[in-house]
Amino acid sequence: MNRFAALLDRLAYEPGRNAKLRLLTDFFRTTPDPERGFALAAMAGALSFAHAKPGVIRALIAARTDPVLFGLSYDYVGDLSETVALLWPAPSVPGPGHNAPVPTLSEVVQTLRDSHKADLPGLLARWLDGLDETGRWALLKLITGALRIGVSARLAKSAVAGLGPLAADDIEEVWHGLEPPYAALFAWAEGRSERPEASDPAPFRPPMLAHAIEDGDFDTLEPAAMMAEWKWDGIRVQAVGGTRQDGTRAARLYSRTGEDISRAFPDLAAALGFSGAIDGELLVVRDGRVQSFNVLQQRLNRQQVSPRMLVEFPAHIRAYDLLALDGEDLRPLPFRERRQRLEAFVATHNDPRIDLSPLVPFASWAALAEARADPAAAGAGEDAGAVEGCMVKRVDSPYVPGRPKGLWYKWKREPRVVDAVLMYAQRGHGKRSSFYSDFTFGCWREGADGDELVPVGKAYFGFTDAELTELDRFVRRHTVNRFGPVREVTHEPDQGLVLEIAFEGIARSTRHKSGVAMRFPRIARIRWDKPPAQADRLATLERMIGGNETAAGAGA
Amino acid sequence: MRPTDLLTMTPAGLYCPPGDFHIDPVRPVARALITHGHSDHARAGHGAVLATAQTLGIMAVRYGDGFAGSRQAAQLGEPITVGGTRVSFHPAGHVLGSAQIAIEAGGLRIVASGDYKRARDPTCLPFEVVPCDVFITEATFGLPVFRHPDGAAEVARLIASVRLFPERAHLVGAYSLGKAQRMMALLREAGWDAPIHVHGAMERLTEFYIAEGVPLGDIRKVTAADRPRLGGAIVICPPSAMQDLWSRRFPDPVAAFASGWMRVRARARQKGVELPLVVSDHADWDELCTTIRDTGAGEVWVTHGQEDALVHWCQTQGIRARPLNLLGYGDEGEAEPGEAEPGAAATPPTAEAAP
Repeated sequence: MNRFAALLDRLAYEPGRNAKLRLLTDFFRTTPDPERGFALAAMAGALSFAHAKPGVIRALIAARTDPVLFGLSYDYVGDLSETVALLWPAPSVPGPGHNAPVPTLSEVVQTLRDSHKADLPGLLARWLDGLDETGRWALLKLITGALRIGVSARLAKSAVAGLGPLAADDIEEVWHGLEPPYAALFAWAEGRSERPEASDPAPFRPPMLAHAIEDGDFDTLEPAAMMAEWKWDGIRVQAVGGTRQDGTRAARLYSRTGEDISRAFPDLAAALGFSGAIDGELLVVRDGRVQSFNVLQQRLNRQQVSPRMLVEFPAHIRAYDLLALDGEDLRPLPFRERRQRLEAFVATHNDPRIDLSPLVPFASWAALAEARADPAAAGAGEDAGAVEGCMVKRVDSPYVPGRPKGLWYKWKREPRVVDAVLMYAQRGHGKRSSFYSDFTFGCWREGADGDELVPVGKAYFGFTDAELTELDRFVRRHTVNRFGPVREVTHEPDQGLVLEIAFEGIARSTRHKSGVAMRFPRIARIRWDKPPAQADRLATLERMIGGNETAAGAGA
Repeated sequence: MRPTDLLTMTPAGLYCPPGDFHIDPVRPVARALITHGHSDHARAGHGAVLATAQTLGIMAVRYGDGFAGSRQAAQLGEPITVGGTRVSFHPAGHVLGSAQIAIEAGGLRIVASGDYKRARDPTCLPFEVVPCDVFITEATFGLPVFRHPDGAAEVARLIASVRLFPERAHLVGAYSLGKAQRMMALLREAGWDAPIHVHGAMERLTEFYIAEGVPLGDIRKVTAADRPRLGGAIVICPPSAMQDLWSRRFPDPVAAFASGWMRVRARARQKGVELPLVVSDHADWDELCTTIRDTGAGEVWVTHGQEDALVHWCQTQGIRARPLNLLGYGDEGEAEPGEAEPGAAATPPTAEAAP
């Protein structure tokens, strides 16, 4: 447990993905089974402890500390698990032979699985006695299900793959058929045994991803060899149905990283009464009309789905591809054939929650560019606001996991642009910790005393390293106020810096002072030449908000 | 004699009327007794200064030879008559030269402990318990969540990180006086025999430690040209330098920070620290409580830090206690991260032109 705790502790502070991978792989390489397997389960979110509620922990610490000292400490630390981990008194009978044993992670997981609720306080107290501060912190975070160490299930699987020649996608293929502590998986990853049997009736299949299309591609790609369809602005999902050996039905909805999100979408899961796998886009469709990403997001952020949510935010799958059907793996087939199978399947299945993403016919790249610039006129109709561009796929492309070159392309809509004024800057993390690299920018609006700037968004990419150095220097030389890690930068009509901000979409927001929220804002250009007075006004942004969201959905 | 007749609060700090001197005054006074060399306790410009020879030496390094009108070196444990009082200096275990000051008059003894710790420190003499009637204690880490682990284990984590990321420079933020040299000594004890690189701001103080007989091994000042080549090296620098342009050209630096504050995660994260090392030169909660009991004091005055919790604890133990609400301390040594920018003396300017 202490080794696992040390790993979590280090991961919690480490900002870099590659460094996290290295820490994880090093841990998996040097930690034996089953300990490493339970650690993997903990990080992949495959463990849950029903009885371990904060109330149990509060009662334990209350019996061991002065309430005034506990209160002062909790106020200072601000996190219950951490406060208890630090405050926990050393066992009262120290000395050889009396020390509480240090529990292993395996012992903790297995004991909790088999124990009753009433046993929990005693078990926890014994373990907390045996662990050091970091161990106690990790134990409490683990059992309350709040690891928050910035490690996704995908990253943990990549680290397992890193033990040998496997790729993370290989692990995804078998993952949902395996149980902690995954001894067979580690044996396979280390080249000591064969691939474990995937017995899951509704397994995840790593998705195929596209490259952004570049200008030069149009010279080499033959329009006749490609098909195009809309790229919908929702969540890419995989909907899988199957039948278990005992005859019961399995239906799962996976995110593109392989996370099982079925519980958040019971309405969709109920529509997966087939044996096969669909690749598609998760959207909210109200009265036959696709809602903006902003509307979808209001449902995504909920852990628990209320009946009201199900009615107000009806989930829908717009199908792009068919990966498997009735036991047949369709992925080796060319896209054109899979598309025909998909069209036939959607028609037969005939569920209002699953429809087909239509193809966009085109004869030349110029024609597709025109369609892309005006999706409403090119067949998307009233749903055009939820189109974020086109997908262009080779008609003969098999379905290859990952991002293979030369098969699929995405051609996003031209971003919208606005000129805004730099207002605040914050230091970045990791390599950027000495740079002011997170920029808050604003637009003009009429205030009580004439025009004033109101913050409209925050951007932390889009610039080159050389530009970052210049931006950082500008911030340091034009600071007018400091608030902890944040600096306020000069922003007057005649003094300050204008940034050209590109973004993918804009919606109304009650959480932002300006009343608008941008999607993927980034710094497209630094307008050293432009005086702040000439930057755009908030009203310009407000006019860009499309008509494809209803008042209720936008929460305005 | 009442304790407040022997020692009282003035705007300049603690003052002893029968001896006509201040302890660690925060503004210039005629006669000052100084516990240790951190800039919030040892300031320049007093008429006469009485302190240990090492503290006087540190003040001379920081402020130049003319830091006071006159100076007198106190021998540890040897009483000195000052006005109508007898004073003596005793090791405090905080940094090189640090001392508690015991003041006696009319059968009453007060010990002003300055900053102290009980944990082992190879760079200074260990804390010595001085029985007294009134004990004046700091409370920098005066909450029971602060229990400092063994420094050797923290340094072992640093070395393990260097082994795992041998291409990355490990930048260790540490206060220039005391913590920096203690980290060096702990690294040497852990078998780290490669050169240890230091920021220019701590070069002279480190030389002073070495001249005082503290073995620290091969210590090298970082030059601009070195930085890109220091992958796998350990570099010790003032905490403020970590966010400075200075830290820029090291290969993929790991930001470590050696401080008692690193015990609390939110504190470490606010500072952008990636490898927090809980190494403190102040007493932790258990040491504060143990020390108060060890002195046998019937009354405790709590100076800077988290006074509330310690005063509460004393009361639960039947010990009279009150906070002194001293202002102006805690700016160096282990200042609250992010709150007070260390003074000029603590960290000379580290900014450099961007490359």
